[in-house]
Amino acid sequence: MSGPNNIFDLGKMAMSAQMVRMNTLASNIANAGSVASSPEEAYRAMRPVFETEYSGRIGDLGTLATSRAVDVVQLDREPESKFLPDHPLADADGFVYASTVNVEEEMVEMLEASREYQNTLEAVSTMRTLMSRTVAMGK
Amino acid sequence: MTTGLREGLGVHAQALVLRGQRNNLLASNIANASVPGFKARDFDFETELARQTQLGASLRTSSSQHVSTPGAGPAGQKAYRVPVMPSMDGNTVDMAVEQMEFAENTVRYQTSLELLNRRISGLMTVIRGE
Repeated sequence: MSGPNNIFDLGKMAMSAQMVRMNTLASNIANAGSVASSPEEAYRAMRPVFETEYSGRIGDLGTLATSRAVDVVQLDREPESKFLPDHPLADADGFVYASTVNVEEEMVEMLEASREYQNTLEAVSTMRTLMSRTVAMGK
Repeated sequence: MTTGLREGLGVHAQALVLRGQRNNLLASNIANASVPGFKARDFDFETELARQTQLGASLRTSSSQHVSTPGAGPAGQKAYRVPVMPSMDGNTVDMAVEQMEFAENTVRYQTSLELLNRRISGLMTVIRGE
């Protein structure tokens, strides 16, 4: 996929990246309390992978660079086992396996993602105002 | 020796283009604030403007038959920003710094635009001869 052509492309791509991040975090939080009968089935927290994409030559003076979510990966964390023999999902030994989500961590990430979204939007709308004033130049 | 309309606009036309390019760069920094390993970049406006106007001067034509090349030449020098406080993931975007630079650059862009507008209305007055 090619890089951003203008400031609106940049905003679109960077904001979608943050949107992917927020959706991933929302899924994590929604599954924070879930348990499973084996460590393999337990929910694992997910994170998006971001990359920078450039327009044209990187050496040019006004080259645009946007962020893009290229992948979503599971964090490599071991699910905690809990001894709950009366739980319907408990295995033969009476253990259930909790999801690896840390809710506080997800909330902080969520906060950062929404700030990033706002910052990008603010920058784009400022530049949009400048553009429309430039279009009206000399009138 | 003829005087082009562009010369009537002075240095502001070039300044406006450069301010626009710097805004692009700063917006890119803001958009990449959460990419690990991204290095924030910027260029020095005054140095770049001086370099470009110098370039225009060195290519000034000696005959009316020559083609003038305003603003043409190799791309300028960009540099990486020195972070106020380096982060563990290698990202050097400092949101406070970037946003302030962006705000300042925006105001200066508008100033250049306003000055251009006045020049243009001045030229219009001359053309109309009112």
